[in-house]
Amino acid sequence: MDIISNTVALSRLQFAITAIFHMLWPVLTTGMGIYLVIVEGMWLKTRNPAYYHHARFWAKFYVLNFGIGVASGIPMGFQFGTNWAPFSEAVGNFFGSVIGFEASWAFMLEAAFLGIMLFGWERVNPAIHYLSTILVAFGANLSTFWILTANSWLQTPAGGELVDGKFIVKDYFQAILNPFMANSVMHMFLATLETSLFVIGGISAWYVLQRRHEEFFAKSFKIALAAAIAVAPLQIYVGHLSGEQVHQYQPAKLAAMEAQWETIPAGQAAPWSAIAIPNEKAQQNDWEIAIPNALGYILELKKELSEPVRGLKEWQPSDRPHMIGLIYYSFRIMIAIGFYFAAVMLWSTLQWLRGQLSPTNIAKQSWLMWAWIFAAPLGYIAVECGWIVRCVGRQPWVLYNQIRTVDAASNLPPGNVLASLTGYTVVYSLLFIAALYFGSRIIRTGPNLNLPLPGSETPAVVTKAGEFLPDERPLEAKQ
Amino acid sequence: METLQYFLPQVWFVILALFLFLYVMLDGFDLGVGILSITSSSEQRRSILMTSLSNIWDANETWLILMGGGLFGAFPIAYGTILTALYIPITLMIFGFIFRGVAFEFREQANRKFFWNIAFGAGSFIAALGQGFALGGVLKGINVDANGHFIGGTWDWLSWQSVVVALTLIQGYVLIGSTYLIWKTTESLQKTHYQTAKIAAITTLIGAVLITIVTPIFYESARDRLFQQPLVYIFAAIPPLAIWLIWQLLQSLNRQQERAPFVWTILLFVLTFFGLGLIVFPYIIPSQITIYQAAADPSSLVIMIIFIGFLIPIMLFYNIYQYIVFRGKVTENEHGE
Ligand code: HDD
Ligand code: HEM
Ligand code: HEM
Repeated sequence: MDIISNTVALSRLQFAITAIFHMLWPVLTTGMGIYLVIVEGMWLKTRNPAYYHHARFWAKFYVLNFGIGVASGIPMGFQFGTNWAPFSEAVGNFFGSVIGFEASWAFMLEAAFLGIMLFGWERVNPAIHYLSTILVAFGANLSTFWILTANSWLQTPAGGELVDGKFIVKDYFQAILNPFMANSVMHMFLATLETSLFVIGGISAWYVLQRRHEEFFAKSFKIALAAAIAVAPLQIYVGHLSGEQVHQYQPAKLAAMEAQWETIPAGQAAPWSAIAIPNEKAQQNDWEIAIPNALGYILELKKELSEPVRGLKEWQPSDRPHMIGLIYYSFRIMIAIGFYFAAVMLWSTLQWLRGQLSPTNIAKQSWLMWAWIFAAPLGYIAVECGWIVRCVGRQPWVLYNQIRTVDAASNLPPGNVLASLTGYTVVYSLLFIAALYFGSRIIRTGPNLNLPLPGSETPAVVTKAGEFLPDERPLEAKQ
Repeated sequence: METLQYFLPQVWFVILALFLFLYVMLDGFDLGVGILSITSSSEQRRSILMTSLSNIWDANETWLILMGGGLFGAFPIAYGTILTALYIPITLMIFGFIFRGVAFEFREQANRKFFWNIAFGAGSFIAALGQGFALGGVLKGINVDANGHFIGGTWDWLSWQSVVVALTLIQGYVLIGSTYLIWKTTESLQKTHYQTAKIAAITTLIGAVLITIVTPIFYESARDRLFQQPLVYIFAAIPPLAIWLIWQLLQSLNRQQERAPFVWTILLFVLTFFGLGLIVFPYIIPSQITIYQAAADPSSLVIMIIFIGFLIPIMLFYNIYQYIVFRGKVTENEHGE
């Protein structure tokens, strides 16, 4: 298969690259939105300027990510039409509507209140400002809800059926509440939160090690840690539930995640493969280390399975996912990161209880701080791995068991797709480098702790209708 | 049931037209300001231009996202066919958006602003160009089979007529961008844009006249529509009204009014949009596929009216609220690193 002249392959590659790139940015805006709500709430409650400065400092990362999130999100939406026209036509009734819901419920809300959240400190009263921050975070999470609803429905289509190649919805609520929806939304929600917590904690740890504003960053570190105590174990549990639902609804994907070629019949002990070299040609693993009985315990909490785990060989090669190695290792990397997060959280909690995280002691915990710094990028990797498991594991279907990916692509000249694909690759690489550069500059510059508090320096601009005072952009926006 | 089959697609045609109009008007001035920024004589002036947009460009752009999502849900075939047929102009527009969007934040951060200035100006220009070609392509007609699937060539959208349409749209954006800046700025910046607005008003007029003459001559479908019995009177009223509006606009520019030029320009946009809508209706892919053929299942249209319709007033409300919060002038001394 020569990919240069194969429109379907090029469109798939383009979708994969743009989705993987887009996914990097909303993760932080969604999760950090909640953190911003917390620190602004603490600022309003305690009137401790440190919390105000936290709100201002972390918001810088927020904007940086938001801009690229928007810029990379637009191609996602249009691609359904440009590169996947038959898909759009077939699933527009449901999938298209949900994309519309996402735009109207979530994007507009987030976009409209973001301006007030960022630039409105001097223009609206604190209550309205706080409400704006809450609505921005709420909007981002609504976006997670709708897009995961849409994607879950592709995994487990419900609420109607294909008639003449078009999906006719019988029951909207059944389609929205499709079998994967609730758990996937939860897993994604926790993923954005957990990633953001470890980014915030990791950056805070870096400052602590640098001995810059230790006291200030000990605060954000502890907020992140406190939230992680709840999130990290929960995520492992919810991830486990994701695995169970895959087992139930998409057995071929489960077989790929486990690189399981032969069926394990009911009543037999099931080992869990920890490392393997899957060989697709030979339909077997060339080499493998497996933990005896573990799969039985994972899926059913007992040694012998009451239901069989079907192996890949049960499906025709054309009816099952490929790139088994990619799926298998992505899954394992995600799990490893989930447990690493939980371990770092436990270790930190222990030190916290022992009083080692007080502003005077915290900088001495250099191993712990390094563990957090190392954790900062891991959430992103886990998220991407999770999506690879989910999307590549769904193949060869775009709408599970109903529409094949090959039948879903627009009939475009391959040259067009190759050109746009090249464009995206180049532009996204540039943006990625620029974001790392500017992000690290925000970190190096550090927070501005001399920022005047809202309402203290310049009086809020009073403009009567019809009168044009030279309106000041709030002082602090100039820094 | 019969009436529902007609009524629901019509409702969605109107809703999508509303979203598209809000988009063209609001992001129109964003893109116009972006294009004008290419000619900015100093970094300071460019900063003001960008500050005047920084809190709103994203919400404005979201009207297009919303219109895209609505089109996808309400007229899925049209969504697939139109976007596939316009692959190149749409991709151009997307790349324009990417550059324009990231320029806001990156320019603010960067020490050397040159690259991001170009990203902002050229991004705005490319996005507008892509939109113009897309509009030109749709007006020219998209080649489809009986099921509404695209069967034309990749370059079908490109013709000298679509070049005229694209250039005129860019002029229109520059016009509304200039009048927006007249409203939001003072002193020398404002003066400059009284000038650019005047020039843009005239170039837009030339483009509009050209298109008005060319359309009935070259596009058979539009011709039939234009000379349909009761409609012909409405269409006949549009050019004189437009000329009157442009005359009012020029007057207000001469009198150095601050807000009136923006309002006259918006009225001009409304009129043009109304005219285009009348020509296109009831087609969603002009002269090939009607909104009734392309519509999604009635149950989907109903659920979308419920889930999206109730939000329209709310979205309008908080967008307007945003403009009220950030009302007033953006001035030179306020921005600086
Ligand atoms: C911080 C991120 C993160 C972490 C630590 C984990 N996951 Fe995850 N996982 C995701 C982020 C994620 C994700 C990116 O959010 C996915 C992709 C789609 C989705 O709904 O969630 C996902 C998908 C996903 C799927 C695929 C669902 C499908 O294909 O439909 C499974 C089976 C798991 N996860 C299981 C786990 C387990 C057992 C974990 C822990 C030990 C775990 N995940 C930790
Ligand atoms: C919720 C939103 C999402 C939807 C609706 C969605 C849908 C799709 C569609 C339509 C395709 C193209 C057809 C195909 O190859 O199956 C696809 C492929 C793909 N997507 Fe997703 N996707 C979503 C999220 C993501 C994310 C966030 C990522 C990555 C981080 C991702 C990774 C991929 C990959 C790697 C492919 C290529 C799979 C292959 O062709 O083998 N997807 N997805
Ligand atoms: C964690 C959840 C996510 C959040 C918070 C999020 C956020 C955003 C934002 C802010 C935009 C830009 C909208 C605007 O112009 O204001 C966007 C666009 C978009 N994103 Fe994401 N995104 C998320 C995940 C995903 C995933 C997983 C996919 C699928 C691959 C996806 C697909 C899209 C699409 C399709 C658009 C464009 C909508 C359109 O043009 O119709 N998003 N997203």
